[in-house]
Formats: sequence, structure tokens, C-alpha cells
Amino acid sequence: MNTVSSLMDGRVRAVNIGLASFAETLRSAGVPVVQVDWRPPAQADPVRGRKLAQLIGNPLVDQANATAVGRMLAVQPMLTNVQVAGELLPELRSGRLLLHAGPPIDWERMSGPMRAAVAGAAILEGWASTPEEAEKEAARGGIEFSPCHHHSAVGPMAGVISASMPLIVVEDAATGRRAYSNLNEGQGRCLRYGALGGDVMERLRWMGARLGPSLAAALRSLREPVDLGAIIAQALQMGDECHSRNVAASALLVRQLAAALAGQEPLGGHEALEFLSDNNYWFLNFSMAASKLATDAGRGVRHSTVVTALARNGVEFGIQVSGTGDRWFTAPAPVPDGLYFPGYGPADANPDIGDSAIAETNGLGGFALAAAPAIVGFVGGTPADALRVSEEMATITVTRHPAFQLPALGFVGSPYGIDVRAVTDAGLEPTITTGIAHRRPGIGQIGAGLTHAPLDCFTAVLDAVVVPADDGAGATPREEE
Amino acid sequence: MPIGSLVRPKAYFDSVVLMRVAAALSGRPGVRAASLVMGTPANKDVLAEAGLLDDQARAAGPNDLIIVVDAEQPALAEALAQAQAGLSAPEHTGQGDEFRAVVPRTLARAAAGANLALISTPGPYAAAEALKALRLGLNVFLFSDNVSVGDEVALKEEADRRGLLVMGPDCGTAVLGGVPLGFANQLRRGPVGLAGASGTGLQQVAALLDRWGSGISHIIGAGSRDLLPAVSGRTIRRALDALAGDPATEVIVLVSKPPAPDVAAAVLERAAVAGKPVVACLLGAELASPAPSVTIVPTLEDAARAAARLTGVAPPEPVESRRQTRVAAHLPPRRRFLRALYSGGTFAYEADVVLGPDLGPLAHHLGAPAPGQPVGFPAAHLVLDLGDDRFTVGRPHPMLDPGLRAEYLRAAMADQTAAVVILDIIIGFGAAAAPVAPLARVLGEAQRAPGPLVIAFVVGTEEDPQHRAAQEALLEEAGAVLAESSTAAVRLAARVLRARESGR
Repeated sequence: MNTVSSLMDGRVRAVNIGLASFAETLRSAGVPVVQVDWRPPAQADPVRGRKLAQLIGNPLVDQANATAVGRMLAVQPMLTNVQVAGELLPELRSGRLLLHAGPPIDWERMSGPMRAAVAGAAILEGWASTPEEAEKEAARGGIEFSPCHHHSAVGPMAGVISASMPLIVVEDAATGRRAYSNLNEGQGRCLRYGALGGDVMERLRWMGARLGPSLAAALRSLREPVDLGAIIAQALQMGDECHSRNVAASALLVRQLAAALAGQEPLGGHEALEFLSDNNYWFLNFSMAASKLATDAGRGVRHSTVVTALARNGVEFGIQVSGTGDRWFTAPAPVPDGLYFPGYGPADANPDIGDSAIAETNGLGGFALAAAPAIVGFVGGTPADALRVSEEMATITVTRHPAFQLPALGFVGSPYGIDVRAVTDAGLEPTITTGIAHRRPGIGQIGAGLTHAPLDCFTAVLDAVVVPADDGAGATPREEE
Repeated sequence: MPIGSLVRPKAYFDSVVLMRVAAALSGRPGVRAASLVMGTPANKDVLAEAGLLDDQARAAGPNDLIIVVDAEQPALAEALAQAQAGLSAPEHTGQGDEFRAVVPRTLARAAAGANLALISTPGPYAAAEALKALRLGLNVFLFSDNVSVGDEVALKEEADRRGLLVMGPDCGTAVLGGVPLGFANQLRRGPVGLAGASGTGLQQVAALLDRWGSGISHIIGAGSRDLLPAVSGRTIRRALDALAGDPATEVIVLVSKPPAPDVAAAVLERAAVAGKPVVACLLGAELASPAPSVTIVPTLEDAARAAARLTGVAPPEPVESRRQTRVAAHLPPRRRFLRALYSGGTFAYEADVVLGPDLGPLAHHLGAPAPGQPVGFPAAHLVLDLGDDRFTVGRPHPMLDPGLRAEYLRAAMADQTAAVVILDIIIGFGAAAAPVAPLARVLGEAQRAPGPLVIAFVVGTEEDPQHRAAQEALLEEAGAVLAESSTAAVRLAARVLRARESGR
């Protein structure tokens, strides 16, 4: 059908961008019209805006994004093992290498909490006996650093992983591909938030000596590996968004492991159960490893503008995109907006830090906020705000997750597959739920709240992508429905 | 350090709720610190670290709520009371807190099921939005100006490849199947289909046809540059084909600002094979009709007359009243010049066509007045398009806001050399709700002193929201002489100015 003649038949269905009076005229004539809440795309840069226009509605990009998201959704994250990092990632044993959260960063530019976590890890590995010694060692170049993301791994907050730390192993049931994360230390004073001290080091050593081995043995004793995707889907029905809120998912996972852990008394099974009894963040690292496994599946699809990683190192926010491979696009990390523990305030906060935004990359966290209305309380919001955030995020994603359902929105799927085109076109930054670390080393978590992935990261991607040639022949004009 | 604490046994609260209440307490005057936590060992460690763990709190269990405040009395007691109050459940569900659907911020999110995008963003972004619309399969009505010719050609080529229509850029009006787009009038449906590179010209022809009892099938705007060489009539030709194939259209009218001659010739060749009578008013172009079915006319009113006759409607004869020329005869000799202050650009071109033969070249430009200085006019006939970009930088178009034109009108009324002032009043959807009132105020102030003859015409219909007759009445009350059309206005001006030239 010729769409020009569809207009002349009086069957106009319009979209209005600009003067609202034009939409009013159409409405008064009984014509269906959508008024766009428009703002200049690509941060009001007309040159980038032009390039963006060539990417939007481009069938090759659309197809590439469908492919990338299809691969991400096909992943079945199974918890198969807990094993020492040095065994899983031999590169950690070859020298003094530490993994960290976010895009690449050297010691000189590292933030306070990450430096503290590095010092803690160096002490744990026996490279230093005091934080001061560790810092000297790092400053003279005696420690190498590499992002977790470059090693199929993710770590919350500072995200520092060293050879002797136990890692979660999550495997894709279909392909056997793996992703890793460290084990969660609980709340309060933790290495990941940059807390240091005897208590922190003692817990880390116990995790390596008792928690890791008992978990590994418990998992081995199970008839089948644990389906993390099923736990996430269930937890979304129970008030979690599986980034900042993991109360239900933690309980569900502990329930699945409890009997098996109880059978590992000599290895530390009982201590593990005690430790897990009040660790509400326990599932976070499992959620992250499952998310890393899924988003890695979307990497490297030519022309795809789907985001495969959102990560922060405490100084910079970095994103990776399917079609541009392993390249990072960075911007200064923002300071989160949130609530603080007694005695602390925004002036104490470190800029955004951690790989945990991999959850948002996988349709969780801020994207699933409708499932966890309590979270918006961190920024003085209402349950309606939580629903709105999820629906806003749905305007910057390719699709919705079929299994991650949001009860408060009529069980619609969580927004899935962040599209750089949609983010830069709408000027809408992805919302992320997060913890807040103190900016000085050695103190730890001081609050929690919401933050956003800076638009600058996404706008920079527009400069890097190549517009695929499209002669328009394959495009089909829209028809009446 | 005075610390007060409260323990509520077996009272579970979500940690977010607790932190929110704590944040509110911490903001109270006199409160140094406040914390609400469940009494887990980890939380008690945090309190101890902050120096907020007293014996009562230390004794609390993991299912007990600890409220602790560090403050002097009476702030301490008040804070503890407020903490209790802040934890009670709301008595009502939230008011005005319903979730509303998210409004789309982009064309891509709004395009599903649509077949037309109206775009009126600032020029530098407009081409990109139009390109997105075409790629998403939508026809485009592009109102924005300041789009480069190169972009215009690229958009129209893209549209041709996809079988879509781009109306614009700088497209002021269209009516498709009775649906008004942009600045459009409420028109009677009928057999005349219009296409043109002139928004106000199309509105003038259509309004006259409506007034005389004929009617309109469609108006397809092409954008003011469509008949320039680079664009080569891409949209006009598409529109011509669409009207030729449209069963509701019996007669086609083409209207254009001055076209490139070879583009105009090519368009007329296409018109000759439309299979329907075509009336062409391509202002300023000296063209021969390529076929008996194509009628070429010099002015907008002539186009409306020819089209009306072709549909079997007899338009009224032009009124050749001598009254106005008599009025003008009393003007002092120093009043010699025309001050045409148009908001529709096409009328300025039509003025050239009608007045040029008698008055010679007309001035179209005026240096911007220095800030704070009044507008100054040259010692020559002047025809201004106040809707031109030069006048609308940072100001609304005079069709939207008569304020700018009121300033120029005030200056023209004070100009001791002005003989005739012409004003166009364009009404309809999108136009100012009260387009005459600010101008009438200026005319009213000036009426006390003898001034120039003011000729005004209203473009629009009685069915338009502003009502043509109501606006005409305001103009007459303010002392203006009404003309039936843009063409009639300049013809009257020509007679007055001719009489003055010969009378000197």
C-alpha cells in the first residue's frame, strides 16, 4: 500500500516533534497523535546527531542488535563450582597481578577505596605485611593491575581479586562458557568498600580457608548445578532487583545449599551457614557472575550497538559495546545520590565504583526497579517512581527479558539490552542502584543509593561506530495494524 | 555525649525505610547524629564505631529495632518521637502517586503504527529527525527552516527511494484528506487539490475557494525551495502525481514562490499529462502553457478564480471601488511610499509581480535598527517579509506572535513619507489566537493624527478558530481598509500610488 495515499484517505496517524500546538490541531481534528518529549539528541551535537540518524532504523544495526540480545537471552547461568582464583585464572599466579573493577586504571589514579582493597589483597597474598608496605610496593610498580572484565570476571565495588581468593564459577549450560566473581563479604566493613583492618583480613582468610572449600564441596554433592537464572526470576517476584537488593535471592540460594553445606561440617559447612544467615548481599556476586556470563555472549556482533558492560573504577565510568569489541568508552564517574550511614554525608562519598552495574547491563538493578520499590526510598522516591524508572529504561533497551518479570507492571519482562542509539537519541542515562564507599582508604561503605551511567560514554561510542551501508531497499514502510 | 536510644523488640523494618527516617532526623536542628538499624551484630558494630551504641542498644537482638539519637534535650526527645512517628504506616494510599505511562522522548519510540511525522525542531536538528522518520517508514511534514539545501535534496532522495513524501523543509501548511497540518485553515471539502512551494500562497488560494463556495480535496506543501535547481521539484512532482491519481481531486492548482525556469518548465510538462485541468501560479515566472489543460496565471487570486470556474463556481467580480483612492488623494505630497509589512513571504513576491511594472524595483531589505533605536525606513517603496529568518532570530514568527510586527507598524505609522501600509492577517490552526488586537492598538494610537492609508486582508475562513469576519471587523474599527485577498490589496495599493505619482 502506498503510504502517501494512506495519508490522502484521511487515515493520518501522526508523531509530533516540536511545536505542541501542531499536535493540538491534529487532536481537535480527531487524528491519533503522539507528542514526543523531545530534546536535541547526542547531547545537542548536530554532527553526532546526524550520524545517529543514520544508525536509527538501519536494518543492519537492527539485525545485529537482535542477534546480540538473542545470544544474551539464550544463556543459562548454572552455578557449578567455587574454586581458587589462581587455579581458574593462571595469569594471576605468573606474577603479582591483581584484578580490579571498572575500566583499566593504574595505581597513581586509583581512588581511596580501591587503593585500600589493593593493599588488603597484597597483604592476603603475602606481598606485604602492612598497608604502607603494600602501597610502597604498588607505587614502585611491583604490582600489575588488570580489569576483572578482561578475565571473564566481575567484582563489586573495588572488585579486587587476587590469586588465593575463592571465585564463583558460573557456566552456560549450552556452551560451557564461564564467568567468575568473588564471594561476598557481607555488610559493613568489607575490603570491597575499601575497609581495612584485622577483622577484614581475618574474614578474607576464613573465606579462602573455610567458606570456599565448604561451598565447593557442597556444590559437588548436589545432583545438579544451581540454576541462577531461576533464582533471579523468582527473587524479582519477591522484592529484589538483584543488584542493591538481594534479600530474597540470598535466602533462596542459601535454602538450596543448606542441606549440602550441613553435610560439609569438617570443611566449614556450619560456619558457612552461620555466615550466610545474615548476609543480605550474599547473592549480589552470583547475580553479577550470571550477568557477566549473559552479556559476554553478546560481545563482538558487527554493527551491534548493544551495551555489553557498564563498569566503574571509582574514577571513571566505562562502557563496552558489542560492535566495538573490548574497547572502553569512559567519562568521569559521578557521585551517587543516596542515603548515608550515621556520621557520613555526600562530601565523604567516593565517585561511583564497581563492576556491579553488569546487573543493569543484564536487565536487573535499576532496570528491574519496579520489582523493588523499597530501593527508591534511598533517593526519597515513591513506588510510582520505581515503576517509572523501569518503564523509562524500557525506552532505551532493545527488548524485554522473557523470564525476568516485573509483577507491579503486570508481569511485563524487565527492559533488556541497552541500545546506545536509544540512550543518545533520548538523552536518557541508564539508572543504576548502588552502594556508596568512603573516598578515603580503609573506611568502607557509608551509604547506598542511585546513580547513572554518564551520557558522555554513550556519545563517545557514536564517534567510534561505522554506519553500515544501507540502500534503503530492505526497508518496509509501516502499514496500518 | 548525650545519647538517647529506643529499642522496639520484634519490629522489622526495611533498611531503606530506616535510613530514610534516620536521614530526616539527622537534618533536625540540634541533632548531631541519628541511626535506625535492626540489632544484628554487624549493625551494632557500625553503631559502636560511630560511638552510638549504648547499653540498651547493645542488648538488642537481630529482630529488634534500635533507634539512637545523639542530641541535647529537648531535641533528643523530639527526635525520638519523630522517629516513632516516621515509622508508622501511612493511613492512606499515596495521593497523586499513580504511575503514569512514560512519554516517549524519541521518534523511534513513538513511530509504531504512525504514517506521518510532523517536525518543527530547531533547524540544526531537523534534518536528522526527518531522516529518522523516513528510515522508520513515516512520511514527513517538515516545518523547520534553516535546513541546508544539501540536506533537503538528501531527504527527498531518501523519500523517493522509499515511496514516501517529504513536505518541506520550511513547509508551513498542508491538508491531507481533511486533516490540517501546521498552519492550516478549516476548509470546506471539495474538488480542488493544491500543491505548492509557498505556505501562505496555498492558504490564500484555498481560503478564496472556500469563500466562494468551492472546496478543497488536499493541500500538499513542498517547502519553499522545492522549485529551485538543486531540489528540482522533487516533492511538487510527487504531489502532482498523487493529486492526479486521487479520485477526490478534479482540478489541480500549483502555487510557487519564484521558481527556477527550467524546473518550472519540467513541472508544467508533468502537469500537462496529469489527466486533469491544472492551474499554475508560479510567481514571477514567464512561462508558456505546454498544453490546453494547463492554465497559467500571474497572481494568487487569479489562480483561485480560474480553479473556481473549472469546478463550476462563478467567483464574484473584483470590486473596483474608487472610495480609497479618493481618501488617499487628501494625503500630503510628502507621503509617497509603500510600506508593506507581510508575515507571509509569498505575498512579498506577489507584490513584486503586481507593483513592479508600475513602480519599478521595490526595496525588500532593511538594516536592523540599532538596539533601542526605532525602525527607520528608506526613501523608497518597501516590501518586507517579517517572517524571514533575518527578523525571527530569537523571536517568534509574526504568525505566532504579532508583537514584532506591531513594532514595525508603529514605525510605519510614524513615518511621514508613508502613503500606503499593507498588512496580511493569517488566521487558522497554529496561528496567533488574537492576531489583530496588538496591531489594532497601534492603529488606534495613530488614528488621532492623519497617517498613511492602511490596507489589510485576512487569509482564512469563517470556520477558523479566530473567525475571519471577527478579525476583519477589528481591522475596520481600527481604521484599516479591507481587501479581499493579497492580490486585491496590492492592486489597490498600485492604484493609490499610481494616482499619487500622476497627481504630483
